[in-house]
Amino acid sequence: MTKRMSGAEILIDALVQEGVDVMFGYPGGVVIPIFDVLYKNEDRIRFILSRHEQGAAHMADGYARSTGKVGVCLATSGPGATNLTTGIATAYLDSVPMVAITGQVRSSLIGSDAFQEADMVGITRSITKHNYLVDDIRSLPRIIKEAFYIARTGRPGPVLIDLPVDVSAGFLDDYVYPDSVDMRGYKPNVQGHSKQIHKVAEAFAEAQKPVIYAGGGIKLSGAWDELLELAEKTNTPVTATLLALGVFPQDHELFIGMPGMHGTQTANFALTECDLIVSIGARFDDRVTGDVNKFAPQAKIAHIDIDPAAISKIIKVDIPVVGDAKQTLQELIPMVAAREKNGWCHQISEWKKLYNVPFEQGSGSVIKPQYVVQRLSDLCPSDTFVATEVGQNQMWAAQYYTWRFPRQLMTSGGLGTMGYGLPAALGVQAANPGRTVINIAGDGSIQMNSQEWATAFVEKLPVKTFILNNEYLGMVRQWQQLFWERRYSSTCLKETPDCGRTCEKTGKPCDRMYVPDFVKLAEAYNCLGLRCSDPAKIDETIKQALAYDGPVVVEFIVEKEANVYPMVPAGKPINEMLEGDA
Amino acid sequence: MKKHIFSVLVENHFGVLARVANLFSARGYNISSLTVGETEDPSISRMTIVAVGDDSILEQIAKQLNKLIDVIKVRDITHRQHVERELVLMKINAPKATRADIIQAVDVFKGTIVSMTRDELGVELSGDSDKMDAFIEYIRPFGIKEMVRSGKIVMAR
Ligand SMILES: Cc1ncc(C[n+]2csc(CCOP(=O)(O)OP(=O)(O)O)c2C)c(N)n1
Repeated sequence: MTKRMSGAEILIDALVQEGVDVMFGYPGGVVIPIFDVLYKNEDRIRFILSRHEQGAAHMADGYARSTGKVGVCLATSGPGATNLTTGIATAYLDSVPMVAITGQVRSSLIGSDAFQEADMVGITRSITKHNYLVDDIRSLPRIIKEAFYIARTGRPGPVLIDLPVDVSAGFLDDYVYPDSVDMRGYKPNVQGHSKQIHKVAEAFAEAQKPVIYAGGGIKLSGAWDELLELAEKTNTPVTATLLALGVFPQDHELFIGMPGMHGTQTANFALTECDLIVSIGARFDDRVTGDVNKFAPQAKIAHIDIDPAAISKIIKVDIPVVGDAKQTLQELIPMVAAREKNGWCHQISEWKKLYNVPFEQGSGSVIKPQYVVQRLSDLCPSDTFVATEVGQNQMWAAQYYTWRFPRQLMTSGGLGTMGYGLPAALGVQAANPGRTVINIAGDGSIQMNSQEWATAFVEKLPVKTFILNNEYLGMVRQWQQLFWERRYSSTCLKETPDCGRTCEKTGKPCDRMYVPDFVKLAEAYNCLGLRCSDPAKIDETIKQALAYDGPVVVEFIVEKEANVYPMVPAGKPINEMLEGDA
Repeated sequence: MKKHIFSVLVENHFGVLARVANLFSARGYNISSLTVGETEDPSISRMTIVAVGDDSILEQIAKQLNKLIDVIKVRDITHRQHVERELVLMKINAPKATRADIIQAVDVFKGTIVSMTRDELGVELSGDSDKMDAFIEYIRPFGIKEMVRSGKIVMAR
């Protein structure tokens, strides 16, 4: 059946047909036709108004990461669209399925430096999987269909659709939403080559000291059951990247934690000494490999990835397998021979015994941020979703939270976007009403998108934010402490032009005021604000926050110069870790 | 460092050239020449890209090109049997004293004289890069006033 419909009506109808139930965004001149259709379709799509377009993009990202569905955000042309870019780039680097829709000036004005014109297709070319400028309403249905297909298949990623106002306000007489796509240039290869998969099985049989290196691809293809089966059948230890935390049971004897710069000793020693790495949906990021030339010197490397370009990009791979993680593992598992535990497994459990110890708060009067994360992990319901900001808070969350299910953690791994956590958590909450959603934050990062507490309150998204306030841009300060002789240039958030850095020179505690007062700020947004500086009250504060039926902001005043350990200095081999007393 | 020739079939849309060019600049790859033109199917264009890099970079170039949605097919035809052509147009300083020598050279290289004034010759020549280079080298001492050289177009045999 065909219908006469406006471009905006076509867009919303297509979104509904793609299964979109929530979207995020911000209005403006050229998207009024779209908002007008949204107004009339409130019962079909919930629209969440963010307070900044960056927030909307991260919300769509959190929605997508927690559900596996495509997240959708919408912004007006020019500044609205450029405000989305950080969120789009964040999604791109972490392979998050997203469709970003931007308004564009009237087609006849494109290229004339018109009011609120920005060349979004040009600007986002290298941070999207693909993008479109809709130059003709007749191609709109096909473009939307393709955009969703591209966003969620293969290696997922963001797709941008730039929609001129004359297209969204124009009409098409014979609208039908296509039910399939036909793109000769895009045919993701999901089925790995059997011969190659055989070689992986053989490599397992020959290896004495294998390691499985699991990445975000496990999560994206839903391959966690297969991962567990493979690891158990072959008794192979598993390390999971930041983006893969949760895909393997944290308390399993074969789990050795996260690899890389702030990874566990066990994972980094195992990768350095192993004779086989089976990488599944991971991309040998430089934060994982450290000095590439000294990475896994004795290992044969098998790499299973849906993206051929990820293979042999950083590390020369011996056995490439291009395919979907789940399908490939399903084919691989029957081919591999079961293996008994050997000396390698014994070595792994020795390392784990030595290094895998719970964090102690100790008897000091200052709260240790690591301990707060550990208590959050113990006190939050086991199905809690966790978002993080970026910096030390993010690494402590990764290290000390006990990950229990695959889509539990939303964190900006590839781009490392401060300001990601709060809006992402709101997107998660919108997708998962009734579940507990928390954001583990640094005091610097949270200020980058704190305006979204308004969205939290108004949209009834009861996200709990736990700020680990160390009064510093802690991660940068840590680098300055360790590698720049403690010159804390622009990392103290209390520094004033006239303070003379007396604290550094005399060691005297600083008497400057910290702004903002997070409790007051929370209250200004009609959220519950709590502050805790007493180690004895950590549990009580967390429980109070979790019990509150609405958005909460908790500020923990924590040790100022706590560091994230272990740490591999940038460019060093990963077995050369600094281990401080944290 | 090696030089490879990629023959790339792309959708004949506006913006595709920008995507390909952007890929090279964003990832820091070196293009030594790029030509684009329609194929026998007007909805498809062919780009011939000559790129320079070591093996792993050349492998990445092919893979990254393949990742572009508008790219239909990428072939590295460096080591295949192929015919390659470039075109050069030049204005050569040609006073009476040297004119005959130049005309003879154009003849030997199977070029064509396309224009002529009292002291200048316009020449067109096509062929593979080696032939172009040899001709240009021979002519240079006479004085090249202006030169336009195309990128390579290549067809597998
Ligand atoms: C948007 C953005 N700007 C700058 C950085 C660089 N950066 C990385 S971590 C960090 C400090 C973060 O401080 P805070 O949020 O207080 O967290 P902490 O490290 O103290 O836990 C900075 C500035 C970044 N990752 N993102």
